Amino acid sequence: MPLFYERRQLVTPGDLLAEDDYVAGDNTYRDDGKIYASRVGLVDYEAKKVHVVALKAFYIPSVEDTVIGKVVEVTTGGWIVDINAPYFAMLRASDVTDRPFKPETSDLPSIFDVGDLIIAKVAAYDRTRDPLLTVREPGLGKIMRGQLVEITPTKIPRVIGRQGSMVSMIKRETGCQITIGQNGLILVSGKTPEDERLAVMALHKIEEESHTSGLTDRVTEMLRKKKEGVEHT
Amino acid sequence: MTPPPIVVRVKQKRIAELLSSGKRLDGRGLTDYRGIQVEVGVIERAEGSARVRLGKTEVMAGIKIETGEPFSDVPNEGVLTVNAELVPLASPTFEPGPPDENSIELARIVDRGVRESKAIELEKLCIEPGKKVFVVFVDVYVLNHDGNLIDASGIAALAALLNTKMFKYEIEEGEIKIKPGYTSLPIRNYPIAVTFAKINDKLIADPWLEEEQVMDARLTMTLDKDGKICAIQKGGYGYFTTQQIVEAAKIAREKTEELRKIVVKG
Amino acid sequence: MLQKKPEKLIGKDDIRIDGRKLNELRPAKIEVGILGNADGSAYIEQGKNKILAAVYGPKEVHPRHLALPDRAVLRCRYHMAPFSVDERKSPAPSRREIELSKVIREALEPSIFVEYYPRTSIDIFIEVLQADGGTRCAGITTASLALADAGIPMRDLVVACAAGKVEGRLVLDLMDAEDKVGEADLPLALMPNLNAVTLLQMDGSLTIEEFEKVINLAVEGCKQLYTLQKEALKSKYVTVKEAVKEVVEE
Repeated sequence: MPLFYERRQLVTPGDLLAEDDYVAGDNTYRDDGKIYASRVGLVDYEAKKVHVVALKAFYIPSVEDTVIGKVVEVTTGGWIVDINAPYFAMLRASDVTDRPFKPETSDLPSIFDVGDLIIAKVAAYDRTRDPLLTVREPGLGKIMRGQLVEITPTKIPRVIGRQGSMVSMIKRETGCQITIGQNGLILVSGKTPEDERLAVMALHKIEEESHTSGLTDRVTEMLRKKKEGVEHT
Repeated sequence: MTPPPIVVRVKQKRIAELLSSGKRLDGRGLTDYRGIQVEVGVIERAEGSARVRLGKTEVMAGIKIETGEPFSDVPNEGVLTVNAELVPLASPTFEPGPPDENSIELARIVDRGVRESKAIELEKLCIEPGKKVFVVFVDVYVLNHDGNLIDASGIAALAALLNTKMFKYEIEEGEIKIKPGYTSLPIRNYPIAVTFAKINDKLIADPWLEEEQVMDARLTMTLDKDGKICAIQKGGYGYFTTQQIVEAAKIAREKTEELRKIVVKG
Repeated sequence: MLQKKPEKLIGKDDIRIDGRKLNELRPAKIEVGILGNADGSAYIEQGKNKILAAVYGPKEVHPRHLALPDRAVLRCRYHMAPFSVDERKSPAPSRREIELSKVIREALEPSIFVEYYPRTSIDIFIEVLQADGGTRCAGITTASLALADAGIPMRDLVVACAAGKVEGRLVLDLMDAEDKVGEADLPLALMPNLNAVTLLQMDGSLTIEEFEKVINLAVEGCKQLYTLQKEALKSKYVTVKEAVKEVVEE
């Protein structure tokens, strides 16, 4: 069973990763008994599966994902939300108001207006129509304050870290609230603009160096140095 | 850009199945052409004209000769310009309007065939070097689209050029003096295009409309009277291997000789 | 402004006017991810060619009726800047640019998994800032990188290169001066890992035997350029990795 790369080697689309009876995992495809990479990323092999951790990919909605989106249009039945995916998402008015929905008497813009940021969950999504959102759970709804950071969605797991270790560390070191959207949008809300700036810097550093090891330590060190006011090169 | 028409899946399968046993839906062999009819001199007002029927595909070509300025880099040569029109009545998928990418591509492929084979002796069409030359307008008019517009248009253009008669003339002090009688366009080569479609890895020549609708890609090769390739164009969303391309060239060499006999008499 | 035409393009020792051997590519420099707004971008300098490519998408199609129910629509615009050539070119799309936009789109499409993104569009823009022959090929090579940079899943990168015949010799990667007076020019695009030719054009005059040799020459050139293409794609991440290693070793 030939393998052509070492673990965590950088591969590009079209690179031959494996042959014969391997299973084609994420960001790979199978053609005529061979498995090739379909995106730039780090290849990894496990048991009988080969996949690529993509270094850059856009967000494809998945049911149950928490996402942060921007309202771009108010329609008669609800809102159209930009969730940084190839498709706009829909939020139905009926999801928000419990009373029977009457278009003439409802004032949807007073609930969410164009330009508002919301945290929502993906309630439904399939190939034939646009994703459907819900804000019915606690913690979901309009965002009132904070800064938005956008990183490539494939790096979100790195921001979270193993069992939340990375994001917890950033929260501790900066005292900020951090809400992570699976779609690559992250909300940072701190007591002061300086605190928020630190958190944003940490997030950008993670995005740039996500494919390297020892990242958590380096980010922690950077934050501590910055707080002490020492210049970090 | 009009989206491609939806092809019935059952028909797609049928076409592909037959091909794996070397047959086509209309009974032709893989490299057989449909019946070709060429009529010339059909439009008297044009200096030259031809109407070609390739199966049910019908294309007309008209030649008009005017005078104009030469290109600055070839001041002693006449000018050739080819235009193609996918006339809306030829197909439900043709919309009225300015030339779209398909008609522009068609015109440029036909143009390349005539131009690169140096079929017209453009040096003989100079009136006053750098100032005035004859301009040969080739207008390809597609009247019915049933597949393989490229080959049909190429044949129509060539037949129309061979049919072209212009007035006899003398150049006196940079002015044209018309003399009695007619002369043909000076033609020294006869380019012929052969188009292949690739369906499920099989190459077929002269695809008709339904084969075109299910093909992966097409490959056109234009060869001159000596069997030299003067133009190639790959089209469509698929691909060819280098082996398939070389194979196509060899088949094209044979086919263009056959087709040329229909267009060029004697 | 017109430039003076050279006398002979290839010397007796088979060295071309720019110092290259017959089968040598022009030196190329490629950068990926250089535009801030585009989802993916890349830039190439190859000889005197300077070409920029950008990709937007996949995103919802506007106007809606152009959307396809089962796959993404690919739109491609190849355009030359007015100052890119000797004699200023009008900014309006010429027939040549329209044809090239089509064949370039058809060269890139086989590499993209369009069926993964129904009802969306992927828009590709190629801007030729300076032209010196072989721009459609350099454009394809750059656009393919822009697609990969945008994170669009692909079967392989598409790389392109032209070969032809000039003053009786078979040559690789023709410059504009060579193309203008040469006997044949054959641009070719390839997905190297799949041995798939996605663009093939030719104008000029070649015997079938010469044609076979020219195709092989173009494929060779493509394979060399492919190495540079992959390196350019990886280099963004490799540089960061190296920088991080240095920091850690401090």
